[in-house]
Amino acid sequence: MTSGLNLDYTLFIPEYLLVGLVVLVVVLDLYVPQVRKTWLSYIAAAGLAAIGVVSLAWIDKETDFARIVSIDNYTTYFRVFFIAIAAVVCLASGKLVEDKFRHPGEYYALIILSTIGAIGMAASRELMTAYLSLELLSFSLYILVSFEKFNARSNEAGLKYLLLGAFSSAMFLYGMSLIYGITGSTYYSDIADSLSKGTTDYSFALLMGLVLMITGLGFKVAAVPFHMWTPDAYEGAPVAITAYLSTTSKAAGFALLLRLFGAFQVVHDDWSWMIAGIAAATMILGNLVALQQHNLKRLMAYSSIGQVGYMLMGIAGLSHDTASALVLHMTGYMISNMAIFVVIIAWYNLTGTDEIADFRGMRERAPLLAGVLAGALFSLAGLPLFAGFVTKFILFQAVTDAGYYWLAAIAIVTSVVSLYYYLTVMKQAFVIKPAEGEGALDVPLLMNGLAAALMLGVFYVGLYPQQLFDAIDNATAFLFV
Amino acid sequence: MHSGYWLAATVFLPLIAAAVIVFIPDDRKDVVRWLSAAVGAALFALSVYVFFAYEVDRGGGYQFFKRFDWLENVAFLGPHGIALTFGIDGIAAPMVLLTGIVAFGGALISWKIEDHNKDFFVLFWVLVSGVYGTFVALDLFMFFFFYEVAVLPMYLLIAVWGSSSVFETFARTKEYSAMKLTIMLVAASILIFLGIFAVFNEAGAGTFDLQTLYAAQFDENFQKLVFPLFVIGCGVLAGLWPFHTWSPDGHVSAPTAVSMLHAGVLMKLGAFGIIRLGIQLLPAGATFWMPGLMILATCNVVYGAFAATAQRDWKYMIGYSSVSHMGLVLMGLATMNVIGINGAVLQMFAHGVMTATMFAMVGSVYDQTHTRDMRLYSGLVNRMPLFVFFMGVAGLASLGLPGLSGFIAEFNIFVGAFRTYPWAGALGIFAAMLTAVYILRMMSMAFFGPLDDRWGALREMTYLERGTAVMLLGAMLFMGLYPAPFIDRIQESVRLLPGVS
Repeated sequence: MTSGLNLDYTLFIPEYLLVGLVVLVVVLDLYVPQVRKTWLSYIAAAGLAAIGVVSLAWIDKETDFARIVSIDNYTTYFRVFFIAIAAVVCLASGKLVEDKFRHPGEYYALIILSTIGAIGMAASRELMTAYLSLELLSFSLYILVSFEKFNARSNEAGLKYLLLGAFSSAMFLYGMSLIYGITGSTYYSDIADSLSKGTTDYSFALLMGLVLMITGLGFKVAAVPFHMWTPDAYEGAPVAITAYLSTTSKAAGFALLLRLFGAFQVVHDDWSWMIAGIAAATMILGNLVALQQHNLKRLMAYSSIGQVGYMLMGIAGLSHDTASALVLHMTGYMISNMAIFVVIIAWYNLTGTDEIADFRGMRERAPLLAGVLAGALFSLAGLPLFAGFVTKFILFQAVTDAGYYWLAAIAIVTSVVSLYYYLTVMKQAFVIKPAEGEGALDVPLLMNGLAAALMLGVFYVGLYPQQLFDAIDNATAFLFV
Repeated sequence: MHSGYWLAATVFLPLIAAAVIVFIPDDRKDVVRWLSAAVGAALFALSVYVFFAYEVDRGGGYQFFKRFDWLENVAFLGPHGIALTFGIDGIAAPMVLLTGIVAFGGALISWKIEDHNKDFFVLFWVLVSGVYGTFVALDLFMFFFFYEVAVLPMYLLIAVWGSSSVFETFARTKEYSAMKLTIMLVAASILIFLGIFAVFNEAGAGTFDLQTLYAAQFDENFQKLVFPLFVIGCGVLAGLWPFHTWSPDGHVSAPTAVSMLHAGVLMKLGAFGIIRLGIQLLPAGATFWMPGLMILATCNVVYGAFAATAQRDWKYMIGYSSVSHMGLVLMGLATMNVIGINGAVLQMFAHGVMTATMFAMVGSVYDQTHTRDMRLYSGLVNRMPLFVFFMGVAGLASLGLPGLSGFIAEFNIFVGAFRTYPWAGALGIFAAMLTAVYILRMMSMAFFGPLDDRWGALREMTYLERGTAVMLLGAMLFMGLYPAPFIDRIQESVRLLPGVS
């Protein structure tokens, strides 16, 4: 069985380097205490940036490791993507970690570890590997969410996330076992082969397997009705980790879903209705409940649930076109979302609050942050000049191409709903004047720079997406070979 | 052949201006003002050039054609999938001119804005760019892109720099109006979104290029299904009854320059969309649905006029008068004959200029008195004769006095309407009479009679306001006295519209 398998260990060099970075960060924290507070975030971010560059060496090298992991452009795209997000989160966390946490080394180490898990989810072509990667990501996140050790809300959030996460992992595993029972294999390609020979003898078992796997992954990406943990976890977690949860954790879920359901493409009709239903419910509920939120982190939690609904539409009508459109939208969304969270983190560092009403007068107090906030919120709402318009347009167009007009209609309507609550945030920032004694804030150069850089990214996707979309289209082609 | 770069410049120049203004320090307010005035003048010059350089004798097709590829050969997009394709026909040419005039005037009128004028002008130029882009785009995606760009800055422009209205029993805050306007317009674009998706999939050409899509033969039932999406979607922006309610509230709360641009130009985008996306793309759908549009348009005309006669707030009166006049535009389009649509396009220009004048004039008084209640005014002619003159001329243009822009436009529309739907023509003329009622009522209330002591300290309009008013007045007289350049351009292109008799 092992003969003929490619066992080229050099394929994992970026992951080895990431592990090395984890060790470095922890060791520095332990033995060189003078760097640990201020410099650790820069060291982690610089290391990540370097590794991101290294992983570019695998562009256009289509290969695999023992058939369990593919190293193709899809993997490379997500390697760079996840590493970039981790770098931004590390940079943005600096001040927060310095002020609040006692073990900065572990904090950065866990972020980098979880990145390895996320990359594994995008790369794996075998169920057990996918599961292990998913658990690596999840376990790191359970700890990170409850990292604020003496804050009851952070602990509560971590516990909730852990219990529901463990539960959903179990469902995912059970679903996998059923699929294995039907097809006799855990390799995606063998599963696809086996399913294409007809499924009439075991249609119920297949259905159960799919239901359980979708449920398990639905928890991970926070799709309705499996979203209950999201608002609490988002609100309780340290704000930089909230940013991380809403980006990497979700994107990794979708990276896995895309690869996995590429294998289930032959039985598309057996599961597409489920995903379509979940997508519709997710869009509607996420966006409607967001209307009532008073806390910006909670609002972003529900808004991200809504966004998950849009992305799930791409899975429901899965094809090469929708996969490309989905990844494009996800990329634009992640950049915009990260920009908003950088603003929230900077504001929280300076004012100690993240209630929407406390963002009043932001235009006077921190003009650059206010501008970025407005642009990024417009982007999430899907208005032009910013990333959201073009990515949503292309995603919705691809979904209607696949025949789901009704889903696209729900998506557009809920986008308009989302504009309302984004505007309420903007009203605080721009229209309401600051209260007495609230003067201009001295925003650190790092945070202003980070916010501005992310805003440039939002403009890049929104104004000239050709190269990015080409790269994504090329990457997603590997899902359907 | 003219270089398409001139036309592309109308879209890019304001965007570049906005990007540059972002980097001007907050306290250099005069730099922002001068730069904006210069950009406005340049846009005005460009627009005048584009309008007159449009060659009438070349048969009404698209000129100034220019294409920049934007996104192609990827996923479902073929060659030229989405491109910045620019070009104008005889219908778009007067709209470009109108935008140049109103944008320049708006930039001058906004000279006196003190509160964060930098932010204001950034948003203002984004808005202007969106307006130009919509008029000149020949790509379905880009049309919609710029259409939304024009809506995007409205919330902040109104909510930050606008003014609230307080009445005896209720108040309309500027935040309320801003939210209502934004949400209604964006909600309307849901329909356009769906229509675009359907058209793209049905054509199956892998491109959003409008000329390619015009050439595609759509199934008749498909056209009947999709046409209402475009017409209602665009119609909301055009103030189509019963979806017009955002318009008076929004115009009243907006700062002067934004009211000018919004009522003067932005509402035309809706009517223009009905031509570009409705009549040109789906002619069979248009033929089928136009009687329905005629009914709604007639409601617009009559309802708007009645509502305007009941207003005491100056800007609300103008707002409802806009609803009524935009109804005339829609009425002209619904006739589906050459003379009626000619009239509609003429009216788009005429109404744009006169309503911009009115908003600019009212702004000059409001900035001094901070009230718009017409009952409080009396005898303004004693203090502000120039103001009364300009406002009076705009009012007379609005009621269709021969020699001014409104007459030639309304005349064409009524002729077109009488040929197809005599009842609508009759009701339209009745509404034109109501226009006379509310315009003359305004004059007698506010302009003439004894001067109220309160207004003893009123000053005449500033020189900038006078200059703006003269420019707008010039446009009104030009079109009223010598409409040939307009009619020549419009007529040739209207004849090319499919399904128009």
